[in-house]
Amino acid sequence: MSKADKKLVIFSDIDVEKALKNALQKTRPDIIGEVRDSGLKGRGGAGFPTAVKWNLAAAAQGERKFVICNADEGEPGTFKDRVLLTDYAEQLVAGMVLAAYAVGAKDGIIYLRAEYTYLKKDLEATIEKMRGKKMLGKKILGKEGFDFDVHIHMGSGAYICGEETALIESLEGHRGEPRNRPPFPVTVGYLGCPSSVNNVETFITALHIVEKGAKWFKTFGTEKSTGTKLFSISGDCEKPGVYELPMGITIKKLLETVGGEDAKAVQVGGASGTCVPRKDFERVIAYEDVATGGSIIVFGPHRDMLEVAINFMEFFCEESCGQCTPCRLGTETLLEGLDMLDEGRCSLKYLRELCALGETMQLSSKCGLGQSAPNAFLSIIENFKSEIFDTRCSCR
Amino acid sequence: MPNKDNNTKFGPDRAPASSVVASVEVAKNEKELGAMIAVNIDGNEIKVPFGTTILDAAKKLNIRIPTLCHHEDLHVAGVCRVCVVEVEGQRTLQAACAYPITSPMTIKTYSPKVRKARRHNLDLMLKHHVGECYSCFRNNNCELQSLSKEYGVDFYRFGHDSEPHHEIDRSSYSVVRDMNKCIQCRRCVRTCIDLQEVGVLEAVNRGPDLDIATFADMPLGEVVCINCGQCINRCPTGALRANDPSDEIWAAIDDPKKHVVIQTAPSPRAAIGECFGLPAGTSVTRELNTAMRRCGFDKVFDTNFTADLTIMEEATELLIRLKKALVDKEQVAFPQFTSCSPGWVKFLEHFYPEYTDCLSSCKSPQQMFGSIIKTWYAEKAGIDPKDIVTVALMPCSAKKFECNRPEMQDSGYKDVDYGLTSRELAQMIQEVGLDLPNLPPSDFDDPIGEATGAGLIFGATGGVMEAALRTAVEIVTGIKTEKVFENLDIIPVRGFEGVKYMEIKVPAAGPVPPILSKALGGLKDFSFLNGATLKVAVAHGTANAKKVMEDIKAGGKFSECHFIEFMACPGGCLGGGGQPIPTSPEIRAARTKAIYAEEKTLYARKSHENPTVDLIYKEFLKDGPCGHKSHKLLHTHYIKRGNKIV
Repeated sequence: MSKADKKLVIFSDIDVEKALKNALQKTRPDIIGEVRDSGLKGRGGAGFPTAVKWNLAAAAQGERKFVICNADEGEPGTFKDRVLLTDYAEQLVAGMVLAAYAVGAKDGIIYLRAEYTYLKKDLEATIEKMRGKKMLGKKILGKEGFDFDVHIHMGSGAYICGEETALIESLEGHRGEPRNRPPFPVTVGYLGCPSSVNNVETFITALHIVEKGAKWFKTFGTEKSTGTKLFSISGDCEKPGVYELPMGITIKKLLETVGGEDAKAVQVGGASGTCVPRKDFERVIAYEDVATGGSIIVFGPHRDMLEVAINFMEFFCEESCGQCTPCRLGTETLLEGLDMLDEGRCSLKYLRELCALGETMQLSSKCGLGQSAPNAFLSIIENFKSEIFDTRCSCR
Repeated sequence: MPNKDNNTKFGPDRAPASSVVASVEVAKNEKELGAMIAVNIDGNEIKVPFGTTILDAAKKLNIRIPTLCHHEDLHVAGVCRVCVVEVEGQRTLQAACAYPITSPMTIKTYSPKVRKARRHNLDLMLKHHVGECYSCFRNNNCELQSLSKEYGVDFYRFGHDSEPHHEIDRSSYSVVRDMNKCIQCRRCVRTCIDLQEVGVLEAVNRGPDLDIATFADMPLGEVVCINCGQCINRCPTGALRANDPSDEIWAAIDDPKKHVVIQTAPSPRAAIGECFGLPAGTSVTRELNTAMRRCGFDKVFDTNFTADLTIMEEATELLIRLKKALVDKEQVAFPQFTSCSPGWVKFLEHFYPEYTDCLSSCKSPQQMFGSIIKTWYAEKAGIDPKDIVTVALMPCSAKKFECNRPEMQDSGYKDVDYGLTSRELAQMIQEVGLDLPNLPPSDFDDPIGEATGAGLIFGATGGVMEAALRTAVEIVTGIKTEKVFENLDIIPVRGFEGVKYMEIKVPAAGPVPPILSKALGGLKDFSFLNGATLKVAVAHGTANAKKVMEDIKAGGKFSECHFIEFMACPGGCLGGGGQPIPTSPEIRAARTKAIYAEEKTLYARKSHENPTVDLIYKEFLKDGPCGHKSHKLLHTHYIKRGNKIV
């Protein structure tokens, strides 16, 4: 696995203690204002403006507030947070301190993916070290009245707990299932208190922005998708790994960077993302076009796209929490449909019905999981229908 | 937000709280809280208070939005996705039941997207809903069935299971679970954990494998289920039902050697009409008597008689406890708890086993009647008790469990053979082809059809307490109760408030009536209670019962009570798990009204003024209330179950 060749934003050098000290000189609105000016959007995938979230949490009434780091990195094909948690933990915690200062929180929680249990010890050591350096605890870096500390809460292996309200349910000791929204966690979150839930990468990026300025950050990326993004690149390419690349990069350029020029399709955004066929490789990776939380899976010319779709659909059947009807039974029905296609006994008429069902799932599921579960199905059927039918269906 | 703390306070043997919690937007400030927000639904304008759900706003405009997982009694879930609507400017459809209106919005409730999504979601639910409508007890009373009709379902779009995939769980005396018909709306889960705070049902597994199950998927008869049947009343389909004994009852009726006696509890008469199209709150007491006779029951008796008897026994028991504590200075368990509700009794046995001594040793009216029928009545009628079959018409599913408790055989036979719910009797009446509302009225049978209004109000929450007070006040003070409480109405114990509390100062001391002198050890009068303050409380629904019990445990105000009425079901028996489906606060209120209205028409409204009660103590239970014979036939004992199955 190769790391970034170039140090753009996230991988650029920073003196964490100094950055934090500088930040604490500023007012809370100034920090949120700087993040707003930078145009930073949530790096977990949903792309919600970070400053808006912090501002809502800051404005919400509540005796206690929480800053929660979503380190439940579970999207198939993403592993960039693991790198950050391993090598940039100090920056992460500092980013949380910054967020806590901005929203007025005293408690921070890192919700760590069960599969990353091996990282827990090192993370705790980092937290302890930062307590020693007064970057956590009472009167942080001498700032009167600013107390904040962080602890780690382990996940239990459910993909759905990466959804922020399911994550909070899990934190509270309940079955990990999304809540109805609104209210959003920024007003009613963990233990009913205002809570800002952000991705690992978001915290670190925000730290760099506040230290180095929104203007600098905006020199990267596009107008609507500012800055850079970490990408977890896997699949049929020569140089898989974690890359930091500017937002707005074309898929073609990205493939050239990683040595995957002969790909026939790229899955952008993991299982819940979109499958982009070769003819659309000029499309750009940005919130305004193809958005992603960082997962890029490259499919070489030899890949069977129906198998890919089945694989993703099996994943959702396994990981749907089962709470709402369209997701619980829609995922199952789409998977059955794919199996029928595989066996050459799915009519075009039924396939159209399944695509309509996919749209219903996108529209009426309770949370982001169900709403995005049919994405891979729909985009693969749309772009590879002839390939699938040519190879499987004798009864067309 | 529901108070989740209630659940976490509980010991480790409790199921976790339902993870599906209500969501009501918390207003950011008080100005917003009182604000009225303008919404446009399908072109109609209305202003609603901040935080009103789309569903409630639509109701105000008489716009129907179909629902399935939503239930008035329960927290919002937003999981079936049938009530989805289109909110202008939102990418996805929103669940009307769960979406609070906090800013002006335009809503479409039947756009093409909405109709397609609802139909799809119904199609999906029907995939695994196995069981034909015509062989289902909920036929014509099923929310899934009526929605399917409403949305024109005429084929199984995404397939349909041909074989059942779950074994039907018939392990419980009270509740039968057929998970083949379950559509995972979780109303039962929310009923059990949020409404009743029992928590035997939870969602297990994920995705398409999701099931509603008990702890470790044990049979319902082997978990801490209290049999209240509230889940049955809230199930939209036929997945949950009561254990129906009507085939056995028909067999007994058709057997010429058997003398089949039915006793009818106070609540079914105020509700069973709903099964025949009558509006909730229509009392059909005397028409029902005719119907039961025409069904073939040999005798129709009124359980209210043993309700009166219960009052005599239970009030005496209370006076004995008070005398022991205040006169004899003995250690006595206080407060005394009522024991008429078998759901409550099992709840206490499981969750507060250390308090079984507080439970009144009196059997419930149903069980008292059972032992009286197979002893006194058998003797009087000259029938061998082995040939008598007693059926109890009850609003309750827990009564089925109660009559099967092994200790309930004091007559030498099974005291009550079958507990029959209002729904099941309605079915039997329909089977005979009777039009219940239009039958000629008739009376209960002698000799034990006589009852007072005090017995009748047992059906409503607070009724047992009111009946007990009407008798106890008169006995203790020697003053007519109607002189203490105007019109004999003891208002503070009535109504739907979860927990009710009342203090009564004893204004005078009367002489001990001869009937009680033996039980009270020859005491001459009640001067030991003169000037004392009697503290009583009433709780309905086990969630409220839990509040009271936790308060008692903590030494709070309720630990100082002398007598507390507990009913397992919300609203008391009239909201029981055997009553007609559906249920709602309005329906329960209408039934309550019917019971109190009927009570006013009865000539006697105090249990001790029931002439048959007088007669039975003269003729049969000769050593009086709580005497030797009554102890044998009318009293029982309890089991400290804890979380174990005994």
